[in-house]
Amino acid sequence: MASSRERREWLLAFWLLFPALFMLGLFVAYPFGRGIWLSLLNSVVGREGDFIGIQNYIKLWHDSIFQRTTLNTFIYTGAATILKLAIGMAVALMMDRLIKFKRILRASMLLPWIVPTVLSTLAWKWMFDPTFSIVNWIFYHLGLIQFRVDWLGGPVAAMCSVILVNVWRGMPFFAITLLAGLQTINPAVMEAATIDGANAWQRFWFVTWPLLLPITMVVFLFSVIMTFADFQLVYILTGGGPANSTHLFATYAYQVGIATGKIGEGAAVSLAMFPFLFWVVLLQLWYIRRGQGGKGGA
Amino acid sequence: MAAVAGARWKRWLFLYLPLGAIIIITLFPFYYMAVTAARPDREMYIPWNRPNFAPFWTLRPTLEHFGLLFQETLFLRWLVNTFVIATLATAISLFCGLLAAYALTRLRFPLGGPLGTGIFVTYLVPQTLLFIPLGEVIRSFLLSDSLWALILTYPTFLIPFCTWLMMGYFRTIPGSLEECAQIDGASRLQAMVRIVFPVAMPGILSAGIFAFTLSWNEFLYALVFLSSATNKTIPVGVVSELVRGDTFFWGPLMAGALLGSVPVAFVYSFFVEHYVSAMTGAVKG
Repeated sequence: MASSRERREWLLAFWLLFPALFMLGLFVAYPFGRGIWLSLLNSVVGREGDFIGIQNYIKLWHDSIFQRTTLNTFIYTGAATILKLAIGMAVALMMDRLIKFKRILRASMLLPWIVPTVLSTLAWKWMFDPTFSIVNWIFYHLGLIQFRVDWLGGPVAAMCSVILVNVWRGMPFFAITLLAGLQTINPAVMEAATIDGANAWQRFWFVTWPLLLPITMVVFLFSVIMTFADFQLVYILTGGGPANSTHLFATYAYQVGIATGKIGEGAAVSLAMFPFLFWVVLLQLWYIRRGQGGKGGA
Repeated sequence: MAAVAGARWKRWLFLYLPLGAIIIITLFPFYYMAVTAARPDREMYIPWNRPNFAPFWTLRPTLEHFGLLFQETLFLRWLVNTFVIATLATAISLFCGLLAAYALTRLRFPLGGPLGTGIFVTYLVPQTLLFIPLGEVIRSFLLSDSLWALILTYPTFLIPFCTWLMMGYFRTIPGSLEECAQIDGASRLQAMVRIVFPVAMPGILSAGIFAFTLSWNEFLYALVFLSSATNKTIPVGVVSELVRGDTFFWGPLMAGALLGSVPVAFVYSFFVEHYVSAMTGAVKG
């Protein structure tokens, strides 16, 4: 039997948690349930719709644009997160060795991350403009291209451009968080490795990488979730085009559910992200738990 | 001597040059945004392969695009909307997050662990997963096309973040601090508000600044939940009013992008350290 003191504590905990749980229940849990229900209806804007079972999902399964969208999302997520990790790690390692200008460099490097993505992406769209492209001008004068490149015009070029801008925007997040991780590594460990005759690559691979792995995994998985569910970049740069070749789940869900008004089907497109996200979130939870356990034990 | 010279040469090749290139690529789009905003229209639309294409500067800077932005669009109104929404959403989230974080780190009660995990999981739910049903929910609460639609929904991604960050912060504050206060006769609640929150001020500031920039930058909910021109936020207003079909009004667009970025960049520049600690704290837990 709980003592009255314990029960007072339970009551206080309840009231302290109530505002947060109320908001999250009302605007996350409830919409989630409603989304699942909606995806089983043939609702369009202004009409409630009838229950049609998993018809929406069956339709999507056979929809060639949806198939393309699925493939795109995995290519986009895979390419962008791996590039962000590789470049971000390199930048973090370099910045860790800087003596001067470290703070100003860190502050300006984060600018793409803090400025509204839509607004910076508009600048990229203008830089990629087929006729007035400064990217073409620069590449031409560096001798890298001979002819005009239509950066957002073809399916492959557009996908590469979108990935490039995502890497530009997301790389600082990796660089700065990994830099913070690097600064917690005891310099004595590095000195010991150097004295033992390890070269730069060996020091990275056998000392830095394993020590940094827990935080790297958390940052990486976080970025996987955000990239997988990305919307703004593609919406602004290509709108899913040309000819629906660069859609991600989110932009296709927007096109079907909001632009075309087939709400039920759009909800189904969004929910198609759920299985993959579910597994990544589980993995993330596992890593975070392990990190905390390690901290507690140390 | 030779060794030192060699080291210096290496430092340039493997450190300063690549970092310099990275920082130029990082900052160039912002520079180009500014140059385009100040470039007169007759100079703007010169194809890139013409000899008189001078991309990096303009000799006749103009403010005409900024003028157009303020006269022809509701930019000032959008600025106010964005500010009001970001401020209120941040305040709500800090309030909810602080209380929840305190309960989850300091109090013992059944289901504490699972609730903490649940809040963390909502932190990982992307906005794009729920925006269509959430729009329906907003509509059934009669909040469509009202600023409240965003003020009340932004906390869905801000509360988990604030809670998570503050939990990490509270764990670094020794519990003996409150015990002393309680021995002196303060209630648990008083000890929390008078003793723990003031000590946690740097953490609260970090969470607040991060939450503010996140709400300032949000796009999808603002795009879907708001429709009339007077209710828009800057990112949505700029995109929807200055792009007509396939026509992009690049001058005012870049002017709007620049002015929409400056406030967050300004706030950020004063609190870089807080911002970075929020960002790294958010992944470290």
